[in-house]
Amino acid sequence: MTNVLFSTLVFAGSLVAGFLGSLTGLGGGVVIVPLLTIAFGVDIRYAIGASLVSVIATSSGAASAYVREGFSNVRVGMLLEIATASGALAGAAAAAFVPTAGLAILLGVVLLFSAFAPAHKEDMKPKAAPDPDSLGARLRLDSSYPGPGGMVAYTVRRLPLGFGMMGVAGMLSGLLGIGSGAVKVLAMDLAMGLPFKVSTTTSNFMIGVTAAASAGVYLHRGYIAPGLAMPVTLGVVVGSLAGAKVLASAGSAQLRILFRVVILALGVEMIYNGWAGRI
Amino acid sequence: MYSDQKMESQMGSLLRAGVVTSCAIILIGGILYVMRHGGERESFAVFQGVPAPLESVRGVLGQARAGSARGIIQLGALALIATPVLRVVFAVYGFARQKQWVFVGISALVLALLAAGLVAG
Repeated sequence: MTNVLFSTLVFAGSLVAGFLGSLTGLGGGVVIVPLLTIAFGVDIRYAIGASLVSVIATSSGAASAYVREGFSNVRVGMLLEIATASGALAGAAAAAFVPTAGLAILLGVVLLFSAFAPAHKEDMKPKAAPDPDSLGARLRLDSSYPGPGGMVAYTVRRLPLGFGMMGVAGMLSGLLGIGSGAVKVLAMDLAMGLPFKVSTTTSNFMIGVTAAASAGVYLHRGYIAPGLAMPVTLGVVVGSLAGAKVLASAGSAQLRILFRVVILALGVEMIYNGWAGRI
Repeated sequence: MYSDQKMESQMGSLLRAGVVTSCAIILIGGILYVMRHGGERESFAVFQGVPAPLESVRGVLGQARAGSARGIIQLGALALIATPVLRVVFAVYGFARQKQWVFVGISALVLALLAAGLVAG
């Protein structure tokens, strides 16, 4: 395949991935590696490098709006980035010793998990009363966010548990070149009791730093191939922008279900390929 | 008083500027790549690592300055990686202006981890 054709097809595939990823809130990054390895026969290491670069672009782009609008909790994000960045460094270092079949199976498991992760959720009333002695209160992590009917205050609970889960999210990100948004949201929403909207936007805010921590390691190892990273990054960015535009329009509910089915199928395919030793 | 809102708004602008600049560089490199190497057949099926100059910051800067299409794309990728790093540098500055020393320390620690990744490899 000539480079013009290859770039065009990869751009188109990444555009669809970015579009569906931003529409569903799951991010396009999680399907880039399976798309490149399964549909284009790309070595998983080049795929991981290209995916990581595209993940920084989409998460930072989306975060720029969320931070300004006051949804992301910058203090919580910065504190938890200690865990995700450490995990990402460990994951990137470990990736050199994990066989590619192992990476494929692990990514398959993350895909299956992501397919069932919630992307939209109505927040109930405050989940817990403020506790002035909690770690969250002492570090001034408790905050408020703009809800439909004005500012909604919330508190941060179980910080150590959330911190530990973020370490795992960072490790997966460093190993697989994904943003691990689904695990980050789980840590903040379920473990730390943050409102869902704050969890997803703070996750987005953190993904860039998590990915940047392992990107340096991947650059030095030669995983970031310009001829591949170019169409992937440009495609995912254009697709995400388009997805954000049609987010509220009719028909997006069916597309969200479709995307989950695609993620599920890719997850099964990755596990099968890894198991059969074809990756 | 340097408010949270002010800091968050500036942080958002910084992220946006970083992403727009990086993608513009990648697009320029991409156009050159397709024009000059469009008819070639580059394969990514077998992992060999990219050529050595594209694996280090210094090498990429040299390649980009020489006008290499791949070097310019890689420069854009580096600018993209630098964007969240600059956001953390900005957080150190912002929290210092707010005199929130605990968070200055936290942000500096994150910055040290990022630097370790870029240097160690």
